[in-house]
Amino acid sequence: MTSLVTKNSGLFIKLVKNVTNCTKRLSSHFTYFPDDDKPVDGETTKMNMMQAINNAMDLTLKNDPTALLFGEDVAFGGVFRCALGLQEKYGKDRVFNTPLCEQGIAGFGIGLATAGATAIAEIQFADYIFPAFDQIVNEAAKARYRSGGQFDCGGLTIRTPCSAVGHGGLYHSQSPEAFFAHVPGLRVVVPRGPITAKGLLLSCIRERDPCVFLEPKILYRSAAEEVPVEDYTLPLGKAQVLREGDAATLVGWGTQVHVLLEVAQMAADQLGVRCDVIDLQSILPWDEDTVCNSVKKTGRCLVAHEAPLTSGFGAEIAATIQEECFLHLEAPVARVAGWDAPFPHVFEPFYLPDKWRCYQALNDLVNY
Amino acid sequence: MALRTGATFLKLNTLRQAIRVLSTHTRPEVSHNGGKADFPGAKAPYVNEMKFLNETSYDPIPIYRVINNNGEIIDNKEDPNIDKDTLLHMYKTMVQLSQMDKILYESQRQGRISFYMTNNGEEGMHVGSAAALSPHDLVFAQYREVGVFLYRGVTVTELVNQCYGNHEDPGKGRQMPVHYGNKHHNLVTISSPLATQMPQAVGAAYALKRQPNNDRCVICYFGDGAASEGDAHAAFNFAATLDCPVILFCRNNGYAISTPTSEQYRGDGIASRGPSMGLNTVRIDGTDPLAVYNAVKQARELTISSNKPVLIEAMSYRVGHHSTSDDSSAYRSLEEIDKWTKDESAMQKFKLYLQRKGLWDEDADKDWTKESRNTVVRTMQEAEKKKKPHWKEMLEDVYYDMPPRIQKQMQQMEKHLNKYKEHYPLNQYQSD
Repeated sequence: MTSLVTKNSGLFIKLVKNVTNCTKRLSSHFTYFPDDDKPVDGETTKMNMMQAINNAMDLTLKNDPTALLFGEDVAFGGVFRCALGLQEKYGKDRVFNTPLCEQGIAGFGIGLATAGATAIAEIQFADYIFPAFDQIVNEAAKARYRSGGQFDCGGLTIRTPCSAVGHGGLYHSQSPEAFFAHVPGLRVVVPRGPITAKGLLLSCIRERDPCVFLEPKILYRSAAEEVPVEDYTLPLGKAQVLREGDAATLVGWGTQVHVLLEVAQMAADQLGVRCDVIDLQSILPWDEDTVCNSVKKTGRCLVAHEAPLTSGFGAEIAATIQEECFLHLEAPVARVAGWDAPFPHVFEPFYLPDKWRCYQALNDLVNY
Repeated sequence: MALRTGATFLKLNTLRQAIRVLSTHTRPEVSHNGGKADFPGAKAPYVNEMKFLNETSYDPIPIYRVINNNGEIIDNKEDPNIDKDTLLHMYKTMVQLSQMDKILYESQRQGRISFYMTNNGEEGMHVGSAAALSPHDLVFAQYREVGVFLYRGVTVTELVNQCYGNHEDPGKGRQMPVHYGNKHHNLVTISSPLATQMPQAVGAAYALKRQPNNDRCVICYFGDGAASEGDAHAAFNFAATLDCPVILFCRNNGYAISTPTSEQYRGDGIASRGPSMGLNTVRIDGTDPLAVYNAVKQARELTISSNKPVLIEAMSYRVGHHSTSDDSSAYRSLEEIDKWTKDESAMQKFKLYLQRKGLWDEDADKDWTKESRNTVVRTMQEAEKKKKPHWKEMLEDVYYDMPPRIQKQMQQMEKHLNKYKEHYPLNQYQSD
């Protein structure tokens, strides 16, 4: 009997180990770097990114009686639990399910905002935002411009989980920011963790332009920080310098920021060089000044993103840098991105611009 | 320990089986040979005969009308008894609209404006529905509903300014002609992508519903062609499931540019889709302004009191070309157009109705037609003289605040214009 139990528990431990290895291999291509700086003083509490987003929406629903939260499966808390408990707290007419139709969700949200309400729409995965592309690109983004400022839908924020999650395959992994970066009138924002998620989401909700808020879904549970309890916002259109150095500028957003922070650490440890690491945060409009000022100082730049290379947002950044920093550049701007292929299932470890690919590119950059 | 756990497990399993048996016995009404089914997706009885349903399984939805072609009330209890001033405002708006269409259409042919779309044959739907609404109700239009704008009090001058894109156009000359919008009169600015306004109208209705003591609804106009877009399906379904005070008003005029309705759908028009999606639905004669008025008035009362949406399909005929970029004789006969211009004209029917009531006569008609025409001609002459907005308006209103990157682009253009101004039509635009 005893030996059976031992044997069984041995098996169990092996199994757990195996699963942990798998998860490690599949979903942790990065090490999370928590934010140390607090954007505001005051009480904090430990939250993961899902809880921080929930907290931002909770504050909005509490303080803005016109605010509404809707999408597929948000009533019971959402498939990622970001809306957990909000329907119980604010009622079925403020937090509710819609039919399964993304173009309807976006159009409905635009209408709410046109009539003066604050609309927080959820698209279940960024991969499924494309049916709403027409409503977002042709309607939301152009509403103020085409009416001469008579009408707008600035009260609209579209939240959607994006990017790699370890095993999402083609339609649970995409990073569609570059598609939207080509649309004047939109704001596109990506947070890197709980503190930025809360502050940037509250800014998006209050901003008088329609916003697409992309939430790297792998961070929902894996990222935890001491998040200020009170209401605070972080500026849109502003990048943040997270680490300083003089050897090169590393630019990324979302999960990729943590990959770049680790690469900067590797460079310091193994190459003995220090790098600027910049979290762009706002993809559109983006903070040209912060990036260019850094590149003028370092003379080298590496941009990394999960989305495919060709026409990815890295192209826009690289082109701007060569235009603004031409005389300061010591090497061509390097881009490390997803390959120009659909996001694959079993090949994810080879597809992502992980720390080793970024490290190699940085190595080439400093030795150019 | 393990044994005891095993025994408990066995016991529980037996218990579960017993519960399952019991639960089947407590539902004697569930039968495999007819009777009531219990699927969550539909409440329906079982049948034992296999039978497909199709568009011929139901009678076509009838077309509600109030007056005949001679302007006579067919059933007196359906007479809406609209007051004299409203009736005259309705008719005068129709005449004003048709005169505006005529002259602006010609002016496009002469190259004075870039584009135009007429409303011929559909004027009755515009004034009939506009008269039945409150001026506070929010309107989402497609593009062929200018009569609603005129009825609400938007002036010919304002409409013509938009077509010319001069500096008095509230849209600042950014959109093509006929893309009107007027915040003051609750008329949401028109955009070209078809049917996009439909789920938006539903969202706006949801926002109105949440306002305390709401007494407003939303009306959304769209054509039979636009109803094929995915956004139409979204709108019908969202309106029903989210209980929105919205009137979805379809102008079924038989064509989407050159495509006849026989190539647009195979069911019983747009109306038959309503009940299947949980919408209160009616089909009406769109060439009968009184039928339109009655339907919209009742739809308005129903939708505001119950927060349930209404679908109205108004049958009509697009008498004019689709737009100034279209020659409709390429895909339909002149005889067909002629029939709808003469016998089935909403303006003609309504005029006869007013004449029977003694509210109107041929002299008044001539005078008002002339006055309407003069208003348009005079307005056009003024609009043509007005300068277009400053070129910098091209980069305003993209965002609420202008981002640095756009500021920079404005400076670039300014510098460029300083150097190469002779190559640009700057004298037609306002300057600093």
